[in-house]
Amino acid sequence: MTNPVFERIEGEINANPVVLYMKGTPVFPQCGFSARVVQILSAVGVPFKGVNVLEDGEIREGIKAYANWPTIPQLYVKGEFVGGCDIIMEMFQAGELQELMKEKGVPVSA
Amino acid sequence: MAMQQADIEALIKAAMPDAQVTITALVDDGDHYSATVVSEAFRGKSRVQQHQLVYASLRGRMGGELHALALQTSAP
Repeated sequence: MTNPVFERIEGEINANPVVLYMKGTPVFPQCGFSARVVQILSAVGVPFKGVNVLEDGEIREGIKAYANWPTIPQLYVKGEFVGGCDIIMEMFQAGELQELMKEKGVPVSA
Repeated sequence: MAMQQADIEALIKAAMPDAQVTITALVDDGDHYSATVVSEAFRGKSRVQQHQLVYASLRGRMGGELHALALQTSAP
């Protein structure tokens, strides 16, 4: 029996190269950790789709089960879970996030 | 309902007895912490897998009782 919420998630993360499941929107993040990832993505110059989990309770819980990751935000690149706030920060500071985007063929403007 | 630093450390050590754990409060409200965990269990694992090990040791409290745990993990 497939999970309809997982199907919705898979549709989203495969339709957009970079997806950030977050609290709030990229313009109005409503959580410090989500805001920090938005800032990092802007600094790296990567266009991304923000999904506001506060507006969709099913996705808010479904995404945690999907990635076996208990918190929000969650970043996906080309359909793959990359990490939450502290992993994205660590990768950014080590230059690994920029490397990953290049590797995955995601256009970077910065 | 918040968590005490000692409880977090005890849970992590119960799952990873060799772990060296350092916890600091990010905010003094009992549910925003940062932790550095060094354990042999992390060797050869990706960052995501390492953090998932720590979250599993907290037996479901992560994201509920414990709102934020900024993690730095590594093998010795």
